[in-house]
Amino acid sequence: MADERLFELEIISPERLFYKGLASFVELATSEGEIGVYKNHIPMTSVLVPGVVTIHEENEVKKAAVHSGFVVILKDRIKVMAEIAEWPDEIDEDRANEAKIRAERRLKEGGPGVDMARAEAALKRSLARLDTSQK
Amino acid sequence: MASMRDIQRRKTSVESTGQITKAMKLVSTVKLQKARGRAESSKPYFEGVYDTMAAVLARSGNVNHRFLKNHPDKKKAVIVITSNRGLAGGYNSNVVKLLTQNDEFAKENVVLYTVGRKGKDALSSKGYEVKADYSDVIDNPLYSDAMSISDELLKSFEAGEIGEIYLAYTVFKNTVSHIPTMKKLLPISVDEYELSDEEKLVPMNYEPGEEEVLDMIIPKYISSLIFGALVEAVASENGARMTAMDSATSNANEMISSLSLLYNRARQSSITQELTEIIAGAEAIN
Repeated sequence: MADERLFELEIISPERLFYKGLASFVELATSEGEIGVYKNHIPMTSVLVPGVVTIHEENEVKKAAVHSGFVVILKDRIKVMAEIAEWPDEIDEDRANEAKIRAERRLKEGGPGVDMARAEAALKRSLARLDTSQK
Repeated sequence: MASMRDIQRRKTSVESTGQITKAMKLVSTVKLQKARGRAESSKPYFEGVYDTMAAVLARSGNVNHRFLKNHPDKKKAVIVITSNRGLAGGYNSNVVKLLTQNDEFAKENVVLYTVGRKGKDALSSKGYEVKADYSDVIDNPLYSDAMSISDELLKSFEAGEIGEIYLAYTVFKNTVSHIPTMKKLLPISVDEYELSDEEKLVPMNYEPGEEEVLDMIIPKYISSLIFGALVEAVASENGARMTAMDSATSNANEMISSLSLLYNRARQSSITQELTEIIAGAEAIN
């Protein structure tokens, strides 16, 4: 019975095949908001924003940080193409924290000479990392 | 005939060169294995991005996207991927020839983005304009390097400074066969993409919209192409160096054996000569 709820999930980054396995449910952060996907979802291609991907396997829940990419959802298969993907134990929490503070400061200062879009992206990335590493 | 000392000296020098080429061959064999592994592990990502992009393009058929428009009158940008070091046979010069022997890429309407010092030096001495150089990248290409190169290029493309983007690099087919290739990155021609029958049956939804997805995917597609080309070029470079050094080593061995033959002949003839002299001397006394 249990097997019928499972679908194939692949997370691919340029350097490696990050994850490949069977999952029953996966949570993703897309540009339109956070979504959760079960099997037999309507086919969809969506843009990802830096955030946490939560993989619900049959008996286990795994988390990963994904920065910038997109997801292709088919009925029984989901493919995540991520430019950067990291497991919690690959994340340097202190560094992410520092980056977060730095980005927040830059956003507060504002004014010319500060690339707001870049600072915001940096903030999002560091938040995604921190969310992933703090289980 | 050359003297024994000269031949001996020559032989020693060839021997030490042979040792160096043999060591270089071993080093590039190891590097090749590594580079090949990297090139292979970058393939799934590239194929995934390509498939998705092709599907969007084939479905939307929107030819007015800014990355799909042709600008034949503007300058062409070429990313030239070569190596930082020589002694790799024709590896570097074959890539350079892609530009110099093609009238489409006359130096007046081409700007270069070079990766690898050898190609940069050869082309800039021929009068090509080098706009940016990323030679340090080739020692150990990272995906973020490919991203920064494609960012730079897309910025110039959108600003209208360049009308077309090409990639000149060496395709790694297998250990002995590497093909210098010129590939067009932008504008993308929509006609190339067609849906497979299976894909036609699936009604795909795009969030936020086809246009936005395309906006996001094309830069990623370009970066992944550049990254793929970088890792493949590293594999080709080491493959080419391995082949070149292998033939250099066997040439050295051949030279050593013919020099040893010469040396032995010279030695023999000098002994014969000495003997004749001694006998002649002894006869004269008697």
